[in-house]
Amino acid sequence: MAELLQFVFSGLTVGAIYALVALGFTLIYNASDIINFAQGEFVMLGGMTTVFAALAGVPLPLAALIAVAVTTGVGLALHRFAIEPARGASPVVLIMITIGASVFLRGVAQIVFDKRFHSLPSLFGNDPIRFAGAAILPQSLVVLAGVAAIVVLLWLFIERTLLGKAVIATAANRLAARLTGVNTRRIVDFSFAVSAAIGAIAGILITPIALTSYDVGTLLALKGFAAAMLGGIGSPLGAVVGGLLIGMIEALSAGYISSSYKDAAAFLIILIVLVAMPQGLFGRVKVERV
Amino acid sequence: MSVRALLDTRLLPVLVVAAIVIVLPLFFPSAYYYRIGALVFIFALAVVGLNLLMGFAGQVSLGHAGFLGIGAYAVAIGPVHFGMPSWLCLFAGAVVSGAVAFAVGRPILKLKGHYLAVATLGFGLLVAIVLTNEANWTGGPDGMNVPALTLFGWRVHGSDVWYWIAGATFVGGFLLALNLMDSPTGRALQAIHDSEIAARVLGIDVARKKLVIFIISAVYASVAGSFLALFNGLITPDAAGFLGSIELVAMVVLGGMGSVIGSLVGAAVLVVLPQALTVFHEYEQALLGLIVMVFMIFLRQGIVPSAALVLRGWRK
Amino acid sequence: MRAMQRVAATAVIGLCAVLGAGLQASAQIKVGAVLSVTGPASFLGDPEKRTLEIYVDEINAKGGVNGQKLQLIVYDDAGNANNARTFATRLVEEDKIDAMVGGSTTGSTLAMMPVFEDAKIPFISLAGAVQIIQPVRKWVFKTPHTDTMACEKIFADLKQRNLTTVALISGTDAFGKSMRDQCVAVAPKAGIKIAHEESYGPRDSDMTPQLTNIRNAAGVQAVVNPGFGQGPAIVTRNYRQLAIKLPLYQSHGVASKQFIELAGPAAEGVRLPAAALLIADKLPASDPQKPVVVNYTRTYQQKTGQAVSTFGGHAYDGLMILVQAMQRAKSADKAKVRDEIEKTKGYIGTGGIVNMSPTDHLGLDLSAFHMLEIKNGDWTLVPGT
Repeated sequence: MAELLQFVFSGLTVGAIYALVALGFTLIYNASDIINFAQGEFVMLGGMTTVFAALAGVPLPLAALIAVAVTTGVGLALHRFAIEPARGASPVVLIMITIGASVFLRGVAQIVFDKRFHSLPSLFGNDPIRFAGAAILPQSLVVLAGVAAIVVLLWLFIERTLLGKAVIATAANRLAARLTGVNTRRIVDFSFAVSAAIGAIAGILITPIALTSYDVGTLLALKGFAAAMLGGIGSPLGAVVGGLLIGMIEALSAGYISSSYKDAAAFLIILIVLVAMPQGLFGRVKVERV
Repeated sequence: MSVRALLDTRLLPVLVVAAIVIVLPLFFPSAYYYRIGALVFIFALAVVGLNLLMGFAGQVSLGHAGFLGIGAYAVAIGPVHFGMPSWLCLFAGAVVSGAVAFAVGRPILKLKGHYLAVATLGFGLLVAIVLTNEANWTGGPDGMNVPALTLFGWRVHGSDVWYWIAGATFVGGFLLALNLMDSPTGRALQAIHDSEIAARVLGIDVARKKLVIFIISAVYASVAGSFLALFNGLITPDAAGFLGSIELVAMVVLGGMGSVIGSLVGAAVLVVLPQALTVFHEYEQALLGLIVMVFMIFLRQGIVPSAALVLRGWRK
Repeated sequence: MRAMQRVAATAVIGLCAVLGAGLQASAQIKVGAVLSVTGPASFLGDPEKRTLEIYVDEINAKGGVNGQKLQLIVYDDAGNANNARTFATRLVEEDKIDAMVGGSTTGSTLAMMPVFEDAKIPFISLAGAVQIIQPVRKWVFKTPHTDTMACEKIFADLKQRNLTTVALISGTDAFGKSMRDQCVAVAPKAGIKIAHEESYGPRDSDMTPQLTNIRNAAGVQAVVNPGFGQGPAIVTRNYRQLAIKLPLYQSHGVASKQFIELAGPAAEGVRLPAAALLIADKLPASDPQKPVVVNYTRTYQQKTGQAVSTFGGHAYDGLMILVQAMQRAKSADKAKVRDEIEKTKGYIGTGGIVNMSPTDHLGLDLSAFHMLEIKNGDWTLVPGT
């Protein structure tokens, strides 16, 4: 019984990481129908910038703020200089641009930072919390709290604020949104900036557990993307559920079946779910008028 | 048939490509260039198949390197574990790829857009994971040696020989693709790309046509993978991995989705560019990403369609 | 008029410089290196590249080899064997190198071997697997200890502590897998029983399920972790998180100060086999390796600002063995240099004392490894190893 609990704790830890990354995909998709593969690099920038600012002597909280600010700037620049000029291109081209951007950011990161991996101090120390024979790190709970906070804030934002409605309007029909006075360009700017910030915060929270290096972005983006799709792209709750589910499947497979196939198990489940529910778990069914 | 009629047929692009294949080696100072040429044609073959799927039929595949991997490991596992001759393994690999495409394609081709992308991504990753883990069969992460191809008692070896093999096969695959595009299946696929619902209303069996093109693109990738393995004499699981799939997609998009000759251009750019960028040392990665972005922003149709647009503008 | 003269003068000087450089270039000895500077093996390739660059510069500053300067040509294969093969062909056909030091990973080394063998160019590999030198290939040598040796050293230490039943938790990357295979192969002869095995992906962030299974496995007395990069640091942290008290052994791939920093207090008591490079300042003054490793450590840290790494040390050894062979051969002739590399005797490097022979293209034995234990956040030598 204690093992099951330990596997669950592990699943929650890893799943929360995937959920945080998946949330970053959601906002940009909601505003512009774009899948931003550079999201993983936002996570990397958050962690690495904090590490290097701290190494340069900046106190940790300030370093974290700088990291979030820098990453937000990068997100804005990505939109203004890479996505905006290509507006109207087919979705595959836009995905290719974000992939090019992620390669570019990785290339710059390896020059500005270094190729080693780094860590950050946990917020509440390294001593695990023991519960019913299993142990969970306090930082895992911090990550889970971060996920919850961001989901709630995103939901409140989209449902309860005018700006949030404007975001949904922009995604639904850009022309109509502009006709009603929404500055769609600013809206998409905003969504990129906020997604970048979410990514940076994710990076800062994750690094004490998962460590960081200049190329953590690739695999995180992959798993985050898969989690977001599993949950139904566009739904913040879906992104979280997708992330936690993938984390759980990986942990339980590693524990009970075979540790070398745990990733395979997760992707197999994703495939099965998508075949059964082509919109993902919480995705909105797209109705196409012919 | 008069010369003019010949030039007007769809054979013209094929003849042009064949001419390129034949003339290019005159400019090759060393075996290194033959190797680059061979690699370009090998990848271009896989890209033609993927282009049929993505550019023509409009289905996204982020896991196509999986089929490349199946073809590559077929010519490694067959001879080493079963004593089969390499050329037979090449066919066997293509058959297995086709079968896998059939089995996987049936359920997942129902998905659309990003969901299809994730499903194909998952497929590609699954193939890569199996290839990495089943070390008894595949040699694990360090890969396995691939015995050289022997044809009629003669050992196929050397960059120049492979250049001709890859070039000839590419021309053949090119011709096949052009034929396919002009066939009823090809027209059905174009209709599906434009509007799936309208195509269905017209009586086209959408699911079947999509599956057919998925299988064909898988076979193209498999043959390309077999060539790659036989050429290098070694195959590792990263040939089937996520980065490999992304490279193939990038080649399709850069060259021009839906443009078969664009496949050759896209493959050439992405094989040659990293070689050319080595002078920049640690800036290589950043520059590569920058170049891909710039190409996509300013030549968003792809190189060949954009060039065609420019030419058409000049002619006016 | 004066402007014209100035332009002409500049042109003449410029032409001389270019010609001079051209002349100089043709008299340079070309050393090629294909390394995994980026990608999943950048942990190996990056220190290797830096080391080669630093020492080629140093050697050239002292006058070069046999009066000729060395020209280092580095290509990055990004951990991809196909790219490695392409760059190997490029080095042979286009750059026309005289010798090759490189191949950060076993995969890239195996992909490149046929190219250098066909071209009859001496190739000193920087990869770990034993199959690079077994069977012995005429033109291929290597400097890193084999993973077989690492396993043998760990098992010998286990036997010493009367621990005979172990569990393995290995990374699924090439390094981890290769070492795991060798440990499984040599275990019976060393009298060790492997009771349980687990694995993890090189980029995973939590290994508690695997370690929980190991903790629950019956009879396990110690745990060995073949792997490199960030995985072992996370495994070590998780070890402490789960309060597992069994002795933990890491691999030689982990040997860097950074591991201790990242694993934190969890690293206390962890043992691993490592070359003398890691305990440079703790070696007794009588140890012949001490001057070499202290010098390398100081130079590397000074020039790069980073802690020294075993992999960089292998590159240093590879370059020095090559250079010394060229000096003994008094030429850069490929066949002569190859013969001299094979005759390397008593070369004192960062990895150990190298004695090569026609049947041994590595030249290290188990004494090149020391067993280290982490105590109070630093390496200590386990006495008698």
